[in-house]
Amino acid sequence: MTVAFLQLTLGLYFIGILLSLIYLLRRSDVLARVALAATCIGFAIHSVVLAVQVFSGEVGVTFHKALSFFSWSLILVFLLVVILQRLYVLGAFILPIAFLSLVSTAVLPAETPVLQPMLRAVWVHVTLSMLGAVGFAVAFVAGVMYLMQERLLKSKQFNVLFFKLPPLDFLDTLNQRSMLLGFPFLTLGILTGAISAQLTLGSYVNWNPEQLWALVTWVFYFVVLMGRVTVGWRAKKAAYLTIVGFAGVLLTFLGVVLKGSGIPVS
Amino acid sequence: MNIILVGLSHKTAPVELRELLVVPDSRMGEALNRLMDHEGIREGMLLQTCNRVEVYAVADHVEQGFSAIQEFFVDTHLSVSAEQLMPRLYCHAEDRAITHLFRVASSLDSLVVGEPQILRQVKDSFQEALTHNATGVILNKLIKKAISVAKRVRTETRIAENAVSVSYAAVELVRKVFSNLPARTVMLVGAGEMAKLAARHLVNHGVHEVLLTTRDPIRAADMAARFSGTSIPFEDFRANMHRADIVLCSTGASHYLIGPEDVERAVRARWNQPIFLIDVSVPRNIDPDVRQVDNAFLFDIDDLESHIEQNREERRMEATRAESIVKDEVEVILKWLQSLKATPTIIALRKRADALKETELQKAFSRLGALTPEQQEAVEGLASGIVNKLLHGPLVALKSAAQSSNGFVYIEAARLFYDLGQGFPEQQSVNVEDVRDETDATTVPPASKEEPEQDGISRRASGL
Repeated sequence: MTVAFLQLTLGLYFIGILLSLIYLLRRSDVLARVALAATCIGFAIHSVVLAVQVFSGEVGVTFHKALSFFSWSLILVFLLVVILQRLYVLGAFILPIAFLSLVSTAVLPAETPVLQPMLRAVWVHVTLSMLGAVGFAVAFVAGVMYLMQERLLKSKQFNVLFFKLPPLDFLDTLNQRSMLLGFPFLTLGILTGAISAQLTLGSYVNWNPEQLWALVTWVFYFVVLMGRVTVGWRAKKAAYLTIVGFAGVLLTFLGVVLKGSGIPVS
Repeated sequence: MNIILVGLSHKTAPVELRELLVVPDSRMGEALNRLMDHEGIREGMLLQTCNRVEVYAVADHVEQGFSAIQEFFVDTHLSVSAEQLMPRLYCHAEDRAITHLFRVASSLDSLVVGEPQILRQVKDSFQEALTHNATGVILNKLIKKAISVAKRVRTETRIAENAVSVSYAAVELVRKVFSNLPARTVMLVGAGEMAKLAARHLVNHGVHEVLLTTRDPIRAADMAARFSGTSIPFEDFRANMHRADIVLCSTGASHYLIGPEDVERAVRARWNQPIFLIDVSVPRNIDPDVRQVDNAFLFDIDDLESHIEQNREERRMEATRAESIVKDEVEVILKWLQSLKATPTIIALRKRADALKETELQKAFSRLGALTPEQQEAVEGLASGIVNKLLHGPLVALKSAAQSSNGFVYIEAARLFYDLGQGFPEQQSVNVEDVRDETDATTVPPASKEEPEQDGISRRASGL
């Protein structure tokens, strides 16, 4: 049942992506509104699926649920930004990430609980880490859009995309705010991860790729945020750095997946 | 009843003549009264903007009306001779006059096609005419229609969407870098006209802090007062450049005043916050190498021109769509005007009565069965008698109404009472309050893509 609903959700998100991409090349707002409506309906169904999973006592934490939650939170943030700022163009950038993460649940190894269920610490760890990833995903998207708009301005290409993309300072602020949102979650995610590792494996730190990449990512974002405040790493530089940082987030994911799927990692 | 128009515009007369023809608001009532005093003029409205002076009127006869309005122009403006004026005036009647009014209101006849002020000016002129009771049923409906056509054109086409003036294009580009203009600072280097105009646009869009610098200290003080800004000594402006988010440069210097190293220093001092530089001077005052500096965005006059050329092209395409909207709407109003004529109404009323009589007779005959020819004749005579007697009054009233000035009221009433079809969808009475409400409701918010002034035109217009 949940599978059918998730497929429906995916279908709706896919419609949202297609229309958002076509919207990039068109002048009218109508397509974007339809895309938004499709995404909203998809999001509602997605919410129901998640709620059913949480309250029906399915306690095992799996990639599938984690990625599904990531995708859900990302869309939630997207809807908030679009509704508050009328920034329809965001759909073409954020929706594909949300869609891919939800699709990957179908591609990744089937339901293998990565960590022992029943442990609250695991739930908390996964939820916080995913929220951190959402923040960095939005920062990544803001960075990509910043670089595109910057390129268009520099090369004097006043095309449809140029008119659609928001002002540079808006994107820079979005980049900064989403990093500031993601960072505390990542920090707490790492701490609760260490605690759950202690509870399940007996030691706080065991230097697996997941932990290693999480730490590297954390240090990286810390340096980026500090650099912003102290030496003015903003605008174009911040955009590049957040794109690199998001690669770190993805590698951490990969670390979790490889570990959980039993593929030996050395 | 004929709708006529006599006037002149930027297309037929130079500004020197146009400005002589403008009637000040204080004398508008007097002018309208004089217009209405002319023989055969039933309704009138005087539309004046910086680009046109036109009289719209409802007249008994077209030619007589034309000469009455021409006479009115010459009499009202003693400083202008008839020889000067006559060749410049255009005269249109009926559908051509209506099309002209709709095109003017929709800004299709404007110097800058799509500019938004014209609609307000039409509304103001209309209100003025209403206040002085110069308009009647026909002009009221016509001008209300013109206003609604203009709104339709603005909402259904993108004719007024993008900037088509250099100074406004600068603002549009700035807003692609800075979203929150009230928090920004603009630095004006030099006192060139175009840069001043762009600075004025920026201030109108909320930029609150203006830094100014020119070589001439008297000019600097004067400009500082005009923009309520801060004057900076010319020697120091490079050192202060980091304070500005937007640098507008327009001086008479023949060499580069700002080089890449100046901008690099400013960007560093701004902690990599973007800086926007506009160079409208010819020869250029900002070294083109500034383009290579990260987080600095330099636009020269050619860049701005290429930006607005795209917008102009788009406006031209949209204008074609707008013209077809105007055409459709003229058809609608012509149909309504047709319905106001007495003869068609009388014929329609007769036809309707005869048709009713026939159907009722058929019903009666089928009920009564076989009748003798005499009986049949008597029944038919009875029906015809009632119909004719009943119609006699209305028909006579309609025939005499056709001659009177407010005859449309009777004709419209007759069409309504006898269900003869209107030929025009909505029926509304017009009063000043209505217009005022609408005018307020359509006031465009300051942050929208308006062009409060057009380069060149506005400066001339401000003299009016």
